[in-house]
This record gives sequence, C-alpha cells and structure tokens, in this order.
Amino acid sequence: MRRGIAATALVASLALAATACGGDSEDKAAGGPVTITWWDTSDATNEAPTYKKLIEKFEAAHKDIKVTYQNVPFAEAEQKYKTAAQAGNAPDVLRADVGWTAGLAENQYLAPLDGTPATKEIDSFNQGLVDGAKVNGKLYGVPQVTDALALLYNKEVFAKAGVQPPKTWAELSTAAKTIKQKTGVDGIYLNPDSYFALPFLYGEGGTMVDTGTKKITVNDEAGKKALQTVVDMVKSGVAVKPDFTDGYNNMQAAFKDGKVAMVVNGPWSTADDLTGKAFKNKDNLGVAPVPSGSAGKAGTPTGGHNLVVYNGADAAHKTAAQKFVAFMTSAASQEFAATETGVLPTRDDAYTVKVVADPIRASFKNVLADSTARPAVSGVSDMFTEWTKQYIEILKGNTTVEKGLDTTAEKWKTNINSLKEYSVD
Amino acid sequence: MKTATADPATAARPARAGLLTRMKRSYDRHWYAWAMVLPVVLVIGVLIAYPLGRGVYLSFTDANELNVAKQLGATEIPATYQFVGFDNYWRVLSGADGEFYPKLLWTVVWTASCVFLHYTIGLGLALLLNRKLKGRSLYRVLLILPWAVPAFVATYVWRMMYNSESGIFNAVLGQLGIGPVDWLGDTFMQKVAVIGVNVWLGVPFMMVAILGGLQAISSEQYEAAEMDGATPWQRFRHVTLPGLRPVSATVIMLGTIWTFNMFPIIYLMLGEANALHSEILVTYAYRLAFGSVRDYAGAATYGILILSMLLVFAVFYRRILDRQEAVR
Repeated sequence: MRRGIAATALVASLALAATACGGDSEDKAAGGPVTITWWDTSDATNEAPTYKKLIEKFEAAHKDIKVTYQNVPFAEAEQKYKTAAQAGNAPDVLRADVGWTAGLAENQYLAPLDGTPATKEIDSFNQGLVDGAKVNGKLYGVPQVTDALALLYNKEVFAKAGVQPPKTWAELSTAAKTIKQKTGVDGIYLNPDSYFALPFLYGEGGTMVDTGTKKITVNDEAGKKALQTVVDMVKSGVAVKPDFTDGYNNMQAAFKDGKVAMVVNGPWSTADDLTGKAFKNKDNLGVAPVPSGSAGKAGTPTGGHNLVVYNGADAAHKTAAQKFVAFMTSAASQEFAATETGVLPTRDDAYTVKVVADPIRASFKNVLADSTARPAVSGVSDMFTEWTKQYIEILKGNTTVEKGLDTTAEKWKTNINSLKEYSVD
Repeated sequence: MKTATADPATAARPARAGLLTRMKRSYDRHWYAWAMVLPVVLVIGVLIAYPLGRGVYLSFTDANELNVAKQLGATEIPATYQFVGFDNYWRVLSGADGEFYPKLLWTVVWTASCVFLHYTIGLGLALLLNRKLKGRSLYRVLLILPWAVPAFVATYVWRMMYNSESGIFNAVLGQLGIGPVDWLGDTFMQKVAVIGVNVWLGVPFMMVAILGGLQAISSEQYEAAEMDGATPWQRFRHVTLPGLRPVSATVIMLGTIWTFNMFPIIYLMLGEANALHSEILVTYAYRLAFGSVRDYAGAATYGILILSMLLVFAVFYRRILDRQEAVR
C-alpha cells in the first residue's frame, strides 16, 4: 500500500513537470503570441514611463507580440548582458550604449540587422550614427537616441555676475572668477570621468587613437595640454575639487541647488536639472556649446544608444524583436520620446516643430551638429575605464599628467584587444 | 598469548588485498550508508568540486570572453582557448603583471588591521558587557545591531556619510571649524575609511563570540585568583586570556579568512576607477573576470592563489596553536 502511495506521488509530480514543460513550449508555437524581453538602460524615473507608454502602443498595433519591459541600471547593464548572452539567455532587445555595440558584436552576441524589418527606414537616420553602429560593414544596432556634451549654465547667476557664456576654456576661467567674486557661487563642476574630458581633448585638436596610422594618440602633446587645462582649473579653484566616488551625483546636486554656475553634461541630464530648486523656472537653464581649447575649435563627443537584437534568439523572437526595434526608432516614437523626456532623436524627420520648439532641445540640436564620433574600434568603453583610473590619479595629484597619460596608452595597448597592433609613443 | 593474538592479524593482512574488493565488501555490508551519503556527495560535487576543478583548469589556459564556448540559442560556438601551462602563475608571481604584490601587501595590511581591531574592540566590549550593569540586554542588542545589517546596505549608508560634500562627517568637521576631509578620494583616507566600516561591521560577531567564551570561564578561577591576591590585570592576563584561548583561536582564524575575502565593502564603497591603490586581491580577481576585458584565466589564477594562501595560513596557524597547546 505504501509503495502505491509513493508511486502515485511520483506519477503526479512527473505529470506536473510535463505540463509545466508544455506551458513553456506553447509560447513558441507558431500561432500564439511571441513574448520578447527588452532591457532598457534609461533613467528609471525620468525616461522609463515614456518607453512603457510606447510599448503599450506597440502591443496594440502588434497583437501577436508581447513585450516584457525590464529597466536595468546603465552602469551594470553591459556586464550583465555579457553574462546572460554567453549563457544563452540574454534579452531579445537591449538598449546598448554606442560604445558597447562594437564589443558585443565582436563577441557574436548581436544579430546583424541589414535587410531586416528593423532597418527599413535606415536611410532617414543620421548616417554618422548609423556608421557608428556598423562593425566590418554589417549593421548591428539601430540608433535610438543621441547626445553630446554641452556647457549647461545657470542664467540667473550669469546675469548677476554680468558674464556671457564663455567661448574658450580661458574665457571660462575668467568668467568663473568673476562669478565667485560677485555672487559667491562656484564656477564649474567637472565630473571626474574620462568621457567628460573629451571636450578638452578635442578642443586641443587631440584624439584618443588614430585609426588611420594605427597609433594611440591620447598621450601626445594635445592630450597633455588638454588634461593640464583641467588640472589647472581644479588647482586655481575655477572648477570645484570633485568627489571621486560620487562625482556625477555631487555635480548634479551642486548644479541643481545653484551652488555651482556651470557643468559639462548631456541632454539626458536636463530633465533631472529641472527638478532642482535653481531651475524652478525652466528658462533659467542655459545650454551652450562646450568652450574651445587653444586649437581654436570646440569638440564634443557623440554619444547615445542603439537598440540591438540578441543573436541567440530563435527566428520568431528575432523577427518580433526587429519589428519592435523598428517601432521604437520610428519617427513618431522618437518625436514622442523627445517631447516627453528631452532626449534627442537620431533621424532628421523626427526633429519636428514640436521637438525643436523647446529651447533646450533646440540648443542641443546645434551642439550635435559639431559633435565628433568616437573612434571606430571595439572596446571603447573599456578604454574609458582605463583612462578614468589614470584621470582620477592625475586629478588627485598622485601622478603627473604626462605619466598618467603614458600609463593610459600602455594599458590600452595591453588590455584592449582591438589596439594590440597599435603603436604607442 | 600475545603472539597468538598477533599471528592471525599478520596472517589476515594478505587477505586485505585490493581497494576494489574492500569497497565492494563495504558496499555489500553498508549499502544503505552509501545510499544515504550519495546525495551529499552529489551536492558537494556540483557546488564545490566541479567549480573548483574548473577554476584550476582555467588557470592553466588563456581563456577570455572572446574564446570561451558560447551557446547562442541554436548556434553553438565552440571554445578556442588553449592550455598554456604555468604561464599565468609565472606572470602573476614574477610580478610581471605589476598588480599582484602591491595588492597582496595591502590585502595583508587590511586583514591584519581589521582582525586586530575586531578582536581588541570586541574583547573590550565583551568585558564591559560581562559585568552586571543596568540595561545590559539593551546594550547587547544595540551592539549586535551592525551584525544584522547586510554588508552592502551598511556600505552604501557609510558611503553617503563619507561623501565629501554632502556627508555627515564633513558637516560635523565643518561645524568644528576643521576643513573637510576627502574621505573616499585621498588614497590614504580611503583605506582608513574602508577599515572603519569593516571594523564597525565585524566587531559584533567577535563580541558575541568572546562573550560566550567569557561566560564559559568558571567564576571559581577568579575567586581563587583573588584569594591569592592577584590584581585585576593579573586576573585578566592569567585567567581570562588563557580561558578564552579556544574561542579566540577559532574566531581569529575565521576573521582572517573572512576579512581577506571581504568583497562588498571595498568593491561598493570606492568604485573601480577610484580604488586603484585600495583593491584587495579578491576584488581585483572579480574585476578581471567580470570587469571590462573578462580575463577568465587571469581571474582563476588569482582565485587559486588566494585559496592556496589561505590554506597555507590555516595549516600553519593550527600547527602553531597545537604546539602552544602541547607546551602548556
């Protein structure tokens, strides 16, 4: 009798397991709806609600596709995705930083999108951004949003001190001193992250690497001059001595509270700025192109995000994911996202009257026109990681500008696969 | 008689042949015991033996994220990494990677100072709480509280308090008229800061363990010592400390192993770029495996080296203790 009970239990549990399996495979059946997962790396409070609304619209238009939305913090998304992709269970769609796309494609995690539903309207996009999503001639991502760094400033403080938005870093230093003298507000807060050092580098005519001659150029004369400018600004008190653990957050807090007059930041931060007490009046936030260096030209890096599709998904999921990417990057969706959150569209036909009516977005559109794409090598995000370590060492005064940059160049050559063949001075 | 009993034993020895035969015999007689042990063996095999074996294997290869096997849905990409022998160990131990020895030195300093402070502060608090005083149970609960806080929560709270601009420490220092301290920025201060947090987290465990040890020392010993005219210091030195020895030996060893591999505080408190000189071996190994370049072989090498160092430490520590025990 006892054995009988055990056998019944066994059969019952087997049956349960079998039905559970059945439920799983039903999902993939041709007739039923396909469920795809999207890892969104945007700001969970300011941007995510807008994308959730877009998903509702997409699901209403495509009855056979369901989208599971997951917000993954930007800082950890790349590593999380790599881990999941290697194990075969990555999300079907990822919002990948433009700097990640090449590296993920090199690992074969991404599906090429040429000729798929995702890229039907690719000709309407900014071709510079499209080129940035290509690896060896194949397109691996569709640009969803773009951005560039600009000089954001507090108009009220500027008016009180009687200064104009500076055109060069030298002018900025003078303006900062006047501001401190007349209003007591600090001049500028510079985020101690190497990405935010790019305007200084470009302003001196420098580059991170020269892909033509296959040379690492971050430690050349222009590079040294660029970082020396930053060091001098911090030393002379023009720039606040940054916090090295929470630099970005402290920068935002100081700017929002009106404790600092200027920051260098991108369009993604403006929604956050406007929640601060210094910008209760929206018009108080000024946007100007980043100042230029001694080379006489201003340069700002092109940033942004691409939507990419996982290579390990099966055909049904891939097609659904491609349709989803097409929808999210359509002119209408981009216009909607831009007006709701302040992000910048990646295609010209999305810069409608409604989008450019906003003065902040209109200013950023001008900033974008002069932005410089990142070097077309994979592993750019890894390059920033190594560079930031040395950048912080330099700012702390633990090492000299020269030594810090030389170490950066050496680390790039040894640690970044795509730079193994490059020469270093 | 003696020889008679010895003879069958020697005669039986040739019959003890073959490990297999013995195992078979043992299986025949104790098969249920084997069956009972089996699940445990399986679990240990899956959770410990396989990962450990895999780690050892990877440390002899040049595996990284580009050449490991990948399962991308239906397509399978086979592994292409190669066996490189002791290359990884040589690169690390010869100092060629430039990271190992500086990080080892700081890991040892970190472990030694943390365990020292844990033990001394824990001992002090335990001695205080071992007396009869008003509200003793309240103090005990309050002092144990940090232990109940998950390490990562504590780390984030402390990180806010250490913040150079909005943190409470600098606010207090400002009130006192002392300039702000760059707690997490300055290379030396960030080391002090992380040790401070770990001490805060680790003292309660030591305190509770030592308190248990103190209560196990019989009061008769103290009474006898008092009768002999021993001063409080002499009572502490010759009754309390020897009485605590078994507890101390265990908690110091546990504390050393835990602190050596105390991951969350340094990893979460400082962030990657800021912690260039304050990474301990285990956080660095994690950066290798899951940081930017994903060097699985390098991380495995560090992991095996950390394991070996702790094993050697544990063996020597036990041996020294045993020797002391034997002397006594």
